[in-house]
Amino acid sequence: MMSEMIREDGRKFDELRPIKIEAGVLERADGSAYLEVGGNKILVAVYGPRESYIRRLLEPNTGVIRCRYNMAPFSVDDRKRPGPDRRSSEISKITADALRPALMLENYPRSMIDIYIEVIEAEGGTRCAGITAASVALVDAGVPMKDIVVGCAAGKVNDEIVLDLSEVEDKEGQADVPIAMMPRTGEITLLQSDGDLTEEEFAKAIDLAMEGCRQVSELQKEALMKKYSTE
Amino acid sequence: MIYVENKDLVIPGQILADDEYYSGRGTFKDNGKVCSSLMGLVSLRNKKIRVIPLKSKYVPKKGDVVIGKINDVRFSMWDVNINSPYSGILPAFEVFGREKKELNKVFDVGDVLFLRVVDVDEIKKAKLGLKGRGMGKFKGGIIVDIAPTKVPRLIGKKGSMINMIKDKTNCKIVVGQNGLVWVKGDEDMEQLTKNIIHLIEAEAHTSGLTNKIKNKLYLAIDGELPPEENQEAEEEFVLEKPKLQNFKEELEQEEKEAEESKEEKEDKPNIAEVIEELKRKNKKDNPLSYGESSKNSFILNNK
Repeated sequence: MMSEMIREDGRKFDELRPIKIEAGVLERADGSAYLEVGGNKILVAVYGPRESYIRRLLEPNTGVIRCRYNMAPFSVDDRKRPGPDRRSSEISKITADALRPALMLENYPRSMIDIYIEVIEAEGGTRCAGITAASVALVDAGVPMKDIVVGCAAGKVNDEIVLDLSEVEDKEGQADVPIAMMPRTGEITLLQSDGDLTEEEFAKAIDLAMEGCRQVSELQKEALMKKYSTE
Repeated sequence: MIYVENKDLVIPGQILADDEYYSGRGTFKDNGKVCSSLMGLVSLRNKKIRVIPLKSKYVPKKGDVVIGKINDVRFSMWDVNINSPYSGILPAFEVFGREKKELNKVFDVGDVLFLRVVDVDEIKKAKLGLKGRGMGKFKGGIIVDIAPTKVPRLIGKKGSMINMIKDKTNCKIVVGQNGLVWVKGDEDMEQLTKNIIHLIEAEAHTSGLTNKIKNKLYLAIDGELPPEENQEAEEEFVLEKPKLQNFKEELEQEEKEAEESKEEKEDKPNIAEVIEELKRKNKKDNPLSYGESSKNSFILNNK
């Protein structure tokens, strides 16, 4: 019965929006990635590991990462006031926290990695898309890591658990559960939940989102392989 | 059980082999499996798996020869940018010994130097020195920036690649292990050499690179492949064809050499050899100009 249901944009309940990932798009950054998921367009630049000019952030035994998530003023329907706000500060923090467990920075003590996530166009699910793109950019920069972190969301719309919410579904839906995970081990590095879900629904949403992550992960790998195999 | 072949392109988190293999650089063990931690090419030797990264930052190691730029002049030392997350320091006594001189009269901010890493402390700060042949300040020329992991490829087997470029362009080239390359010659040639070096960097993971670059060089400088050269190239091709697989070994050899020179501090890096070789060659070719330029090029502290 569930598989019969067609969503507003014609997708099945477990269908992702079309995704396009490209690695190494910026010349001057150490690593970069460009990602499109449905109507989202996201550009990520990674600089480092580099010597830090902020002494108080440095760790004597390991490297540190900093992350900045920013939405362009023209990325949404109404103009977004430029500059950091509560939402972007939160997403910056959770992105850094989601990526950190995968990185192996013991060989780079007292150094810092900067990640800049720029949302050029937004259409729901930018935090997950940002994490997905940021980890591709980190691989492109040559940062050692245990696994390529990938993000994906599931949610509840019209009393059904569905994968990868679009902007309309996010606004009109009943719940949104974005997760980020390391696909090899299945460790979840980010778990947020917004809205009302029963216990079974929540478990179902996580299973669905993890399945979505695995699909996106294959696309990440493809994008990275593609960059170096064409030559 | 092994899941990859030598020279395969791998990505972080990819499972490379089971427990009976040893995990080398660029890999880690997790749950009885050897996994890659970098994006790069697999290098397999005696059950030891390593991953040679495609991109990485230079981390200073004792004994390396590097090219650095003076960032700051302090009371008794220079701050040197060595294209790494960690800055280097050049203490005044490494240059003057016991003598006391004004530091900024010898090297000033912006000067580019050829240096040796004398020591690296536990917070990875690199202490630099000028002891060794050809160490000192560069006059003129341009600096080309490449990934440090591509340095062995630029030098080639026993310097084959770099010597070919030097002979053809008549440029002086010095390669630092931190991925900075100093090039000096005619202005056009400098630019050409820069482009060639960037080409090598971009295609470092492909095979048959030396020949490809050779053809490019001849085409760019002579306008065409000269008939004799053409023949030579053909001959080489015929000769090499039956043992095409040897290229992998060649690559390995290069890597091994590079690795050894990095790992063993006693073992002098082959870059130094190459430079010395070039000097000897230059001496033979045109002793006059060398004599002049050597005065210009290097300030030697240890007379």
